[in-house]
Amino acid sequence: MSAISRDDVAHLASLARIELTEQELNDYAGQLDVILTAVASISEVAADDIPPTTHAVPVVNVFRDDVVTPSLDRDSVLDHAPAAEDGRFRVPRILDEE
Amino acid sequence: MSAPLIDFDEVIANFDPVLGLEVHVELGTASKMFCGCATEFGAEPNTQVCPTCLGLPGSLPVVNGTAVESAIRIGLALNCSIASWCRFARKNYFYPDMPKNFQTSQYDEPICFEGYLDVDVETDEGTRTFRVEIERAHMEEDTGKSLHVGGSTGRIHGADFSLVDYNRAGIPLIEIVTKPLEGAGKYAPEVAKAYVGALRDLLRGLGVSDVKMEQGSLRCDVNLSLRTSPDAPLGTRTETKNVNSLRSVERAIRYEMQRQAALLTDGTAIIQETRHWHEDTGVTTSGRVKSDAEDYRYFPEPDLVPVAPSAEWIEQLRSQLPEPPAERSKRLREEWGISEKEMQSVINAGALDLVLATIAEGADPAASRKWWLGELARRANDEGVELESLAITAKQVADLEGLVQSGRLNDKLARQVIDGVLAGEGEPAAVADSRGLQIVSDDSALLEAITAAIEADPDAAQKIRDGKVAATGALVGSVMKATKGQADAARVRELVLQELGQ
Amino acid sequence: MSDLIHASAVELAAQIANKTVSAIEVTQAHLDRIAEVDGRVNAFLHVDADGALEQARAVDHAVASGQALSPLAGVPLALKDVLTQTGVPTTAGSKILEGWRPPYDATVVERLRDAGVVILGKTNMDEFAMGSSTENSAYGPTHNPWDLERIPGGSSGGSAAAVSAYEAPLAIGTDTGGSIRQPAAVTGIVGAKPTYGAVSRYGLVAFSSSLDQAGPFARTVVDTALLHSVIAGHDPRDSTSIKEPVPDVVGAAKSADVSNMRIGVVRELSGEGYQPGVQARFDEAVELLRAQGAEIVEISCPSFTYALGAYYLIAPSECSSNLARFDAMRFGLRTDDNGELSAEDVMRHTRAAGFGPEVKRRIILGTYALSSGYYDAYYGQAQKVRTLITRDFEAAWASVDVLISPTTPTEPFRIGERVNDPVAMYKADLCTLPSSLYGGPAISVPIGLGDENLPVGLQVMAPVMADDQVYRVAGAVEKALAQQWGGLLLDQAVAL
Ligand SMILES: [Mg+2]
Ligand SMILES: [Zn+2]
Repeated sequence: MSAISRDDVAHLASLARIELTEQELNDYAGQLDVILTAVASISEVAADDIPPTTHAVPVVNVFRDDVVTPSLDRDSVLDHAPAAEDGRFRVPRILDEE
Repeated sequence: MSAPLIDFDEVIANFDPVLGLEVHVELGTASKMFCGCATEFGAEPNTQVCPTCLGLPGSLPVVNGTAVESAIRIGLALNCSIASWCRFARKNYFYPDMPKNFQTSQYDEPICFEGYLDVDVETDEGTRTFRVEIERAHMEEDTGKSLHVGGSTGRIHGADFSLVDYNRAGIPLIEIVTKPLEGAGKYAPEVAKAYVGALRDLLRGLGVSDVKMEQGSLRCDVNLSLRTSPDAPLGTRTETKNVNSLRSVERAIRYEMQRQAALLTDGTAIIQETRHWHEDTGVTTSGRVKSDAEDYRYFPEPDLVPVAPSAEWIEQLRSQLPEPPAERSKRLREEWGISEKEMQSVINAGALDLVLATIAEGADPAASRKWWLGELARRANDEGVELESLAITAKQVADLEGLVQSGRLNDKLARQVIDGVLAGEGEPAAVADSRGLQIVSDDSALLEAITAAIEADPDAAQKIRDGKVAATGALVGSVMKATKGQADAARVRELVLQELGQ
Repeated sequence: MSDLIHASAVELAAQIANKTVSAIEVTQAHLDRIAEVDGRVNAFLHVDADGALEQARAVDHAVASGQALSPLAGVPLALKDVLTQTGVPTTAGSKILEGWRPPYDATVVERLRDAGVVILGKTNMDEFAMGSSTENSAYGPTHNPWDLERIPGGSSGGSAAAVSAYEAPLAIGTDTGGSIRQPAAVTGIVGAKPTYGAVSRYGLVAFSSSLDQAGPFARTVVDTALLHSVIAGHDPRDSTSIKEPVPDVVGAAKSADVSNMRIGVVRELSGEGYQPGVQARFDEAVELLRAQGAEIVEISCPSFTYALGAYYLIAPSECSSNLARFDAMRFGLRTDDNGELSAEDVMRHTRAAGFGPEVKRRIILGTYALSSGYYDAYYGQAQKVRTLITRDFEAAWASVDVLISPTTPTEPFRIGERVNDPVAMYKADLCTLPSSLYGGPAISVPIGLGDENLPVGLQVMAPVMADDQVYRVAGAVEKALAQQWGGLLLDQAVAL
């Protein structure tokens, strides 16, 4: 498993939408490297024939009925928004469309 | 704004188009995909939200069972295989209208996969069937809606800020993805349009969605690339977003073919990007460049357990599928003896189910079509509502037609009865009673009116006596007027001719 | 100091029910205790005195009108600040949620209310439950009541400290990799992680969805079991909630009968890295259990060695996605929204300002482990290890009823000692990680003091939905040691 560079951390931070300082970029690069080395042993075990466990409890098909339940009171939601206007959440200008 | 284009015939002479269509369908469930919030269109902003669809800390999703059932039914209708076990996955990316900053979707385990839909397209050599292969149909959730404020046009670019409504966030979506569609050549735009149209009819027939493109409950993204020949490797594709009418599907593809061909002819490389279709100007414009940095970090959604539809469940749903729209429309066309074009107008008006229901209530097919496509379509149009939303039932239309057939009403009176039914005055017969609408069938009353009409217009009477039967119309008209339309015009004509010795 | 704060939950509930004391008096006694000591302990982030007294008043009304009461009616409780409570600040120990008052109750909170349990306030924690020492709180560390210079464990350190400092007889914590058991052990109290899916996660601010589980803290095993039975049970709002009935944990805790039980000692959870005092107390506890008629077997679980690696890939991966919603758009902190910055930049700035260093570290690590090209090697591989660990447990159940180990390899370290060494910090959870990855129940019960005169815990692990078994063994240990000590381990703590 490869070493993590400062640039790798910068790329990850941009994916994760966190502004990091130069200091943080360098610190995390070093720390992540140490952590990944510490956890690297997992590559020694678990061959291809081992299925992954994604859920601790093996149940399937948990569905709800298609029934409408009450929504939240709008004011109780918007009162705790950083900014709201006209019954909507006000957010800074959006750069680009998805 | 508009790019240099090449003549369409020239595009076809030099390039082979490869199409891919991604259609997002909003299911018509009462509640959202993962919470119990209502899905009604047009509600006040942020009144159909809860901790789950707002992505508040601590909230959890629970799958809407009806949405899963709809997904399976869509898959079966598209001739897909249904996964015996599949999971939801998180698609991670940040966007302000997506509350959790991941979309709960499906990744490498779609619930439906490997199907097809056959569509007919008119070609120079007659009707040709194209098989559109379906790669997958999977379940996911819709995002909220942003209103961009400030700037010049309300568009995202240049806006000062945005206002977000999360009512739409979490509405169940089925994303239906085709395999690359090759070999359509110059018919590519028509094939795409026919596919989306056929898909819309199929979804409507299944009753899983209201499939209103103008309200965004069916949205189409078009992938298109050109190559120099069918043997050449695939070219770079663009993805044109949110093409929101059938006509636009065809137009957008035609435009994109012409635009890409112009660039390629010029030796300019196509950029892999999303593009936006502009209905008003009929062009696509550049959106976001698909960069390598895009990394959705999919992983199985740990808050949801796998979906494992049993074979029995799938077979039960299969056995309850309605007749496929294409087959049904062919069968009905033959039964009713009408042309494909006439059939299409019934479907396009959203009248097929209503017509069938009216027939089931005893009216004959021609009359059923006549009422729904004529008078009632006009009323719906005037009121700006869908045909099915009119305050008249198939049974009432059939009853109305029954009154016409029995001779109690003529078409003109029947229209007045429709007024009454729509105004909530009751059943057709009751409306006719209360409004006193009734064809005058008493010959003596009619003869009195005819005598008066003859006296009033001796010239016309003389012409008829002289054998100019065409002049009958004037006298019949004045009799109808005198009887306020409540006479049977055919009987009046008979009596006029009889009176004047013809 | 009032005796009310030293009483067990069982005793308090009985006294309230028979009107020897009112719920208001009990609540007030605990509020007074908080006012007296919490300046030094920092167990609470928010004390909801008015809300608590109001709940207490309702219980007193119910008592007066002769209504049937739940077994914990009127008993005060400290709630980890990671569970939502309508209108009450919920921060998850993070700046990014400062001032947020949720518009809904967690299912656990709903059940506590229904049982008449009085919620005193919200307790300190490692930010978003990421940590083993409660030093990662944005609101300052919690101090171990045994020695204020020491960590109280984490991430539920505030809840554990509140119980061990007699600020509350009961507390709720959450356990993702050991965050209930480890703080229980190092503060000398009882803490249990129920079977994954036994307690609803609805309203639990997610750290790692496939591992998070809320559970009870108390000073006695029976109190812990009573709280467990109040909060456990199926919840249709959590898709991973188990539908089966909750095992009789209270009956098992009371019976404390281990004769005829087969108990496995996990070979891999001992040896190098385990403090001698910890190992000694553990060995004595094993003998106690043997003396009570249990059959002791050594069991090898080779994959447990890989639990740390698997955990520190799975938990950060899931957290990188779970914490994406903290984006300054709908709730919580928003910084630098000056009309110039775009939404994207405001997100970046807010997340930089609102998250602490450990949270950022794990988000970056998780983003890496999930990114294309690395998924199979990290997240995918970690989930395979999870399968191997589960197989080890299942193999063990063929020959034993429960597995035991020390709860932590060491006594609680000093505040600040490991903050710059993440890997050393992560090793505090070495013993608790396997059953988190497996999903079975586990409990920590005090077994004495170690080399530094600080608490040591015994961990009992059982098969999925055999939660009663861990209470049975913990009860037996508690009973035997109470005879030796003439009371609880906590009685030996230097009074605050
Ligand atoms: Mg999609
Ligand atoms: Zn909702």
